[in-house]
Amino acid sequence: MTTGYKLFLTVAVPCLFFATLLVVFWLASKTKARFQTPLARLIFLGPAAVLLFIGLVIPALQTFWKGFLNDDSTKWIGLKNYGWIFTTPDNRTFLINTLLWIIITPIFSTALGLTLALLLDRMKRESLPKSLIFMPMAISFVGASIIWNLVYSYKDPSVSPNQTGLLSAIMIRLGLSDPPNWILWQPWNNFLLMVIMIWIQTGFAMVVLSAAIKAIPTDVTEAAMLDGASGWSLFSKVTVPMIRGTLVVVLTTIAIGVLKVFDIVRTMTGGNFGTQVLANEMYAQSFVQFNYGRGSALAVVLFIAVVPLIVYNIVQLRKEQSIR
Amino acid sequence: MSVETGGLTAKLEEAVVAAPDHGGMSTALRRNLSSPWASALVIFITILWTIPTFGLLVTSLRPAADANSTGWWTAFTNPNFTLSNYSEVLNGGNTIPGGIAPYFINSFVISIPAALIPLTLALMAAYALAWVPFRYSTAVFLAIFALQVVPLQMALLPLLQMFNKGWTIGNIPIIPPIKDTPLHLLAASGGANFAPLWIAHTMFALPLAIFLLHNFISQLPKDLFEAARVDGASHFLIFRKLVLPLSVPAIASFAIFQFLWVWNDLLVGLTFAGGTADVAPITVYLSNIQGTYGAALHLTTAGAFIAILVPLAVFFALQRFFVRGLLAGSVKG
Repeated sequence: MTTGYKLFLTVAVPCLFFATLLVVFWLASKTKARFQTPLARLIFLGPAAVLLFIGLVIPALQTFWKGFLNDDSTKWIGLKNYGWIFTTPDNRTFLINTLLWIIITPIFSTALGLTLALLLDRMKRESLPKSLIFMPMAISFVGASIIWNLVYSYKDPSVSPNQTGLLSAIMIRLGLSDPPNWILWQPWNNFLLMVIMIWIQTGFAMVVLSAAIKAIPTDVTEAAMLDGASGWSLFSKVTVPMIRGTLVVVLTTIAIGVLKVFDIVRTMTGGNFGTQVLANEMYAQSFVQFNYGRGSALAVVLFIAVVPLIVYNIVQLRKEQSIR
Repeated sequence: MSVETGGLTAKLEEAVVAAPDHGGMSTALRRNLSSPWASALVIFITILWTIPTFGLLVTSLRPAADANSTGWWTAFTNPNFTLSNYSEVLNGGNTIPGGIAPYFINSFVISIPAALIPLTLALMAAYALAWVPFRYSTAVFLAIFALQVVPLQMALLPLLQMFNKGWTIGNIPIIPPIKDTPLHLLAASGGANFAPLWIAHTMFALPLAIFLLHNFISQLPKDLFEAARVDGASHFLIFRKLVLPLSVPAIASFAIFQFLWVWNDLLVGLTFAGGTADVAPITVYLSNIQGTYGAALHLTTAGAFIAILVPLAVFFALQRFFVRGLLAGSVKG
């Protein structure tokens, strides 16, 4: 495909789309007055409804169904795919890793984000540090993986005196003569991959929590300080309870993101060296090994894991809104 | 209704947008609390957070021999910089045969329509749900809201099969494969087509887009719409002359969020583009060269920097909209 044709498409496709809409709008507004309102509903809501139905509703149902079929979707095998997920010893790696990811990453990101939000609240010029810490959020997971490859890359010190990886170099400078090959270093390599996600999500936690802290009414903090609260007691007895709802939202939001993320693992290790996670296993089963049954069952597990988090989030926020 | 069902995203938006930068504590109180230790710690963490990205930029500017044998930090004691990595990674060279340039263009070709089309469709749906209500409009809105729960992973495989083979019940075709629809006219001579990517991104964007835009549009003053209706304006005219101009802040936030989401996406790109230079986005290329040429640090870093340049430019230029859109959309997918 030539570049010219691609650029033509970029301009022509949206133009064609808008032109079609305008024509449809124009034709519809020429109809009799009593048709206008039902027609408006159909034209405004119809395209989105159809796309959502064939793009999300039907595929989700199909995935549920295929989870009960064999790998080329020709035979009903009941719960065997689910049995395979949870009883195959090899699968324990990605199940345990996924669990570790959704516990550790949100907690560390949120704790760091909260610390930063509190510290920033005491600073006069907070916008530059805020921007820089938030910046990783704009970078793709693939880009982040390549950035962190420079931190984790390793050369055998007995072969090459110079390290290209920052972490190896720092460890050698600190006196560790033979650092491990970080990415192959099981099971700790999992935590090193989590650091990348924490690096990305801390800025998110910080920005949201910082806004929540600033929204605490001044009289509440002042009253607490008049009563002698300061430092730790002000933080633990006033600040944290006041932003509890937001804290939960941040934790669960990051957990949801973590459950679905596969880019970091795919790019850094391809799921090898004991670093596999659920979302990447799902991708590998469906699109590399073409085991559709297993892939679908894994997608359903992902769905079932995400739902309670999202529901909890919504319930939590509703509760908070009804108090206000 | 939107307050009731506002949920997470509305809350986040409110938290960020509503809180003024220096509200909350009074100035005297702030000064009282500000300590040099807090500032020092923040500066330390900021530097720590920026170093990896900075290392990427420095490495990408070093000659191949230097970049692959010594750490990027030695470039300051022994400065030696070049732009040749960028020319090799853009156009291909000895190490990497195919360059990143076509993929970079592909990312634009994918992202721009994949931001504009769902935005428009969502704005239309949001207007209908908010201001042309019918008996089940609340139920429809809640159902769309609930669709955010479906992970992309669940929809990929069936959607891919639908694009390739169509969708039939028994022997009755319901949805034809893309090659039998007018959309195949968009394909290049080799058959490569961006349409599956645009359609998939549009579908996946809609639940969040409708939800966010509905929250915004439903808050617009009621009198405005009533007056326009009394004056005899059709819904189509109201949509163009009232809803569109009044929703610009929400449209900008969502457009930026969606553009970056598509630009940074790997999963949809991998599934629907097939990895060729014809349609695959830059993230797919990066992921592949990291797997194949990961040891060629000077090239992977240059490639990665080209890929993050666009989001970073958007981030620093449009931070206000970016933050709003990103926070509101952070639960997507």
